[in-house]
This record gives sequence, C-alpha cells and structure tokens, in this order.
Amino acid sequence: MSLTKKTSDLKKRMRDALMGGGQVAIDKQKATGKMTARERIIALLDPKSFHEYDLFVEHAGKDFDMSDKYLPGDGVITGTGTLNGYPVCIYAQDFTVAGGSLGWMHAKKITKIMDHAMKLKVPIIGINDSGGARIQEGVNSLAGYGEIFYRNTQASGVIPQISVILGPCAGGAVYSPALTDFVFVVDKISKMFITGPEVIKTVLGEEISMEELGGARVQSEITGNAHFFAESETECFEQIKTLCSFIPWNNIKRAEAFPKKPPRTRSYNIDTIFPTNPRQPYDVKDVIRAITDDSEFFEIQSMFAANIVIGFARLNGNTVGFVANQPLVLAGVLDVDSSDKAARFIRYCDAFNIPLVTLVDLPGYLPGIDQEHAGVIRHGAKVLYAYSEATVPKMTVITRKAYGGGYIAMCSSHLRADFVFAWPTAEIAVMGPEGAANIIFRNEIKNAENPDEMRKQKIKEYKDKFANPYVAAAYGYVDAVIEPSETRNMLIHALSISSEKVQDTPKKKHGIPPF
Amino acid sequence: MSGSHESHEIRTIVIDNVKYKTRLTRKFLDRKPYSPDVPGHVYSFIPGTILGVSAKEGDKVKKGTILLELEAMKMANNIIAPIDGTIKKINVKKGDLVPKNCLLVEIE
Repeated sequence: MSLTKKTSDLKKRMRDALMGGGQVAIDKQKATGKMTARERIIALLDPKSFHEYDLFVEHAGKDFDMSDKYLPGDGVITGTGTLNGYPVCIYAQDFTVAGGSLGWMHAKKITKIMDHAMKLKVPIIGINDSGGARIQEGVNSLAGYGEIFYRNTQASGVIPQISVILGPCAGGAVYSPALTDFVFVVDKISKMFITGPEVIKTVLGEEISMEELGGARVQSEITGNAHFFAESETECFEQIKTLCSFIPWNNIKRAEAFPKKPPRTRSYNIDTIFPTNPRQPYDVKDVIRAITDDSEFFEIQSMFAANIVIGFARLNGNTVGFVANQPLVLAGVLDVDSSDKAARFIRYCDAFNIPLVTLVDLPGYLPGIDQEHAGVIRHGAKVLYAYSEATVPKMTVITRKAYGGGYIAMCSSHLRADFVFAWPTAEIAVMGPEGAANIIFRNEIKNAENPDEMRKQKIKEYKDKFANPYVAAAYGYVDAVIEPSETRNMLIHALSISSEKVQDTPKKKHGIPPF
Repeated sequence: MSGSHESHEIRTIVIDNVKYKTRLTRKFLDRKPYSPDVPGHVYSFIPGTILGVSAKEGDKVKKGTILLELEAMKMANNIIAPIDGTIKKINVKKGDLVPKNCLLVEIE
C-alpha cells in the first residue's frame, strides 16, 4: 500500500472515531442544550491548542455481546492543550457513546491523562457527562473508578484539579469530582447524586425530580458540593478561565502576577459602605472590592453558606485568597457549613502558595440545638486547624466584632497570623457588651432599684471599656490599629515583605484534621 | 453565579442577647425543630418496607419483644420494644413504605 493510501485509511479511521456515537446521538445531545464532548474541549481551551490522544482506544468488554460493539474512543476524549496560554491536561466524557458509561478502557484513558498531568505538573480538567458504571463490564468498571479516585487523592495539593459537571454524574462517579479542588455546574444540565430518583422511589415511595434531588442549584446552594454555578456551558467555561487566571499551575509555582491596578474607589468607598454600629448589616464583598486591584473579586461557593465569603482577588497584581465573615447573611456567624467552606479554602490556598487575607466581623458561632447536634464542634474545629496549619503569609483585618471563639478562629495572632490589623471600629472581646454585662453584673442588675436602668448603665460601662481594639492592642494581639482607608496599603506592604516567608513545621507524615 | 433562593429580606437574629439585622438563608429557615426523645416511641432507623407486624395495640410487651419486621437494603430487621409497657398505638401495617425517623409504635 502506498503512503497516500495508508494516510487516507488513517483519515477514514479518524473520521469514524470522531463521529462518536453517530449523528442521531449527537442531535439528541444538542437537543438538550448540551455541546458534544469535543465541542466542549474546543470551547474551553485556547483556539487550535487541543491535541487528542487515544482516539483509537477500544473497549475491553467481553460479556453480554459487548465484543460485537464498536464504541469510538470508548466514550471519553482525552488530550492536552493550553488554557490562558498555559498547558493543561483534559478529558471529556462523550455521552453519545454508550451514554458516556465508564468501562475499563474508558477509565484507563482517564488515568493515563491524569498520570500525564502529574508528570508534567499541570492542571487536570475533567468534564463529566456519564450515565455511570458500564454494567456489562462488571467489577472492571468499579476498578476503573477506584483507579481514578486514587489518582485524585495523590494529585490533591500537587496540581489543580477541576471538575466540570455537564450532564449526569451519578453513583460512584460523583466521588472523583468530590475529591477535586473545584466543581463547576450548569443550571438544568448538571445532575449529581449517589442514588437517583428511581431508587428513592422504589425504597421510599418518595417522588423527586433529578433537578430537585441533585441539580445545579441544589449542589450550589444546599450541599456545597459545587463551587461555581453557571446558567450556560459558555458561561461555565468563562468561569473556569477566570479561575485559572488566579491559581498557580502546580504547588511549586506561585500564581502569575498581573499588572497592578488601583481599586475603583468611586464605586467602592469603605467610608460609605461600612456602618460603625455592629448590629447593622453591610455586604462585605463591597469592602473586599474597596481593597482589591480594579475592585475585582472572584467569589467561590457564592450560594452556599453565604454567611462566610471566600474567593480570589489581587493586591498589587498578586493573587490572594480572601476569607470574610458576611454580616449581611446570618450576621456572619460561623456554623457547620461556613466552617467547612472556609476550612477547605484555607487549605487550598496553603497548598498552592496563595497568601490569605481574613476580614473579621462576626458575633461568634450560631446558637441552636440543630447546630450542636450537627457537630458544630468538630466542623468549627476545622477552621482552627486549617488556619493554624497554614504557612502561607496570613493577614487579618478585624473590622468590627470579633467576639469569643469567633475571634480566635478567624486567623487571630494566636493561630499565627503574620499581621493583625484592626480598624478603630473593632470590638475584640469575649462576647458582645449586652451579653457580657448581663453575666458580670448579674447581681448588681438583679438587686438594683431599677434593673433595666442598671443593665443599660453596665452595658455602657462594658462597651466603653472593652468594645474597642485597644485592649487587644495593649497585649500585642493586634499589631496595628489602622484607618480603614489605609487597609489596602498595609496589606500590600505586609504581602511584599512576606514574599520569602518560611515557617518550619514539626516533622510528621500528616496531621489528623477533624474531618 | 446568580439565582440564589436565599431571601433578601432583612430579619433579626439574636446572639448573646444582641439583636443583629441580617438576611437568613433558606437552609436556616428550613431547619427542623428539635423534639426530645420519648422513651416508648419507636422510630424507623432506616427507610424501608414493613414486612410484618407481630404486635397488636393493647399488648403488654417486655423490653426486647419483637414488634415488627422492617426490610431495608435487602435486610430484614427486627424492630424491638425499647421498654416494658403496653402498646398504645401502631402506626404502620404490613407492606407500608416508611421513611427514616417514622414513628412506628408508641408504648406506654
């Protein structure tokens, strides 16, 4: 055979494989508002950068007439490309081929590209759109999942791992995304659950739609499994690109520096945003924007546990991770969900050399039987653990309330914040004046001729004496009391002198965080 | 990242005697009120199907007496009396599908 013939044979083979599950299946996929797997990769990566591998992989199923079936690429597309100009490894499950079901060779393709990402020290992006395990392949499909989970765990904290849920992701399949750093979902397209509506109906007799059980909104707002919610696949890809602009490519590198820009203080002015009365709410995201480059703030898990705000921004061009109590929601308390959300983010930043900025304004932990019984002790402990463990530069700004355990937990100097700044409005105390006065002056109030009058007087006394940053500053627990408008400059200075920070930690295999 | 179901209404939350003005989350508003344990109340510990009920209302039972059989996850579980007493009420019958934490039997 001549070279031309050989080449045309290759081209024919490629054409067949590139058709995936065929035109009918492709039309069906598109009718549901979804792109095909290859279209998704091309839309996400830099133009013309995608190079596909293992196009000719075939499935290894022998039972149930599987040996007669041709499944192009075995239902998953893998390869390398660039994102924002930097290399990434990527895979996308192809729902048009046997419902994107995961068989042994399908899993082998995924683990091969994951191994590749680990060797090259570049991010791995997984686009999930699969009906689940390929039942016909039995234990081999389970083995496939196990091999993926193991690699997710090994890669955790070494290279960024991004999961994009663009279809069903059910049963065992959900645990790969759950082990990765960031999970992206799209409204009406993403569906994640361990047991689906049919099983629930059979066992419980309860009817629920896939959307209500594990749709994008549920995963973003209720469970906290998802980090980013988008209305469309295109919006989702934009979010991924933005995320990737903030994070370093592996745990040895630092995030790329951008040109520095001042905040847009005309729109975000701390003096007008910030109410000094500790009982008045405000949106802490506006305070963040008043501090950051170009007033940009890329929020993570915006819908879940909104009483704490986490996300990335830049100070003088360099990425920092913000953790901030949100007085606008549940008064900014720490509770089971917000502790969980903050702790994981702190550990992410620490693993990937991203300095942490903590804005403190919280009345403490959320009181309630449900919180106690849901384990607020062990969940709350995660925040203490994560902050204490983190060795990246840690800067804390106490803006208003920092009461009790909340004060300690929010990266106090005791957990080794490198810099603790407080605004003159800060109130650093065991609890709010009202609660403290009621306890300390219980007898005086009870025995007074006019208890209400006495209570008011004692609250005022306590407030005057303790509801300020100067008691903590007198002990050196606050490094500097600063005007709010100085915050950005102080943070930038602190960052610049911390760039070579090295902190030794005790030699150990790993700690045992309360998770 | 729009479209949260969270209410934008400003409400009040009390922490250590201080009233804070703030929004409440859907999850916070949906939280279940606590109900203390009643010693003779028998709840399903797992969702499943009632295979059979061996006790009757009015029966005097000893702690450990099998009251009914609950099948869940392909396992038949004996549900037993937690205390000595008289069965006041049985809320399920053979074939019923029950969720988790369903009050099955009340013993006095």
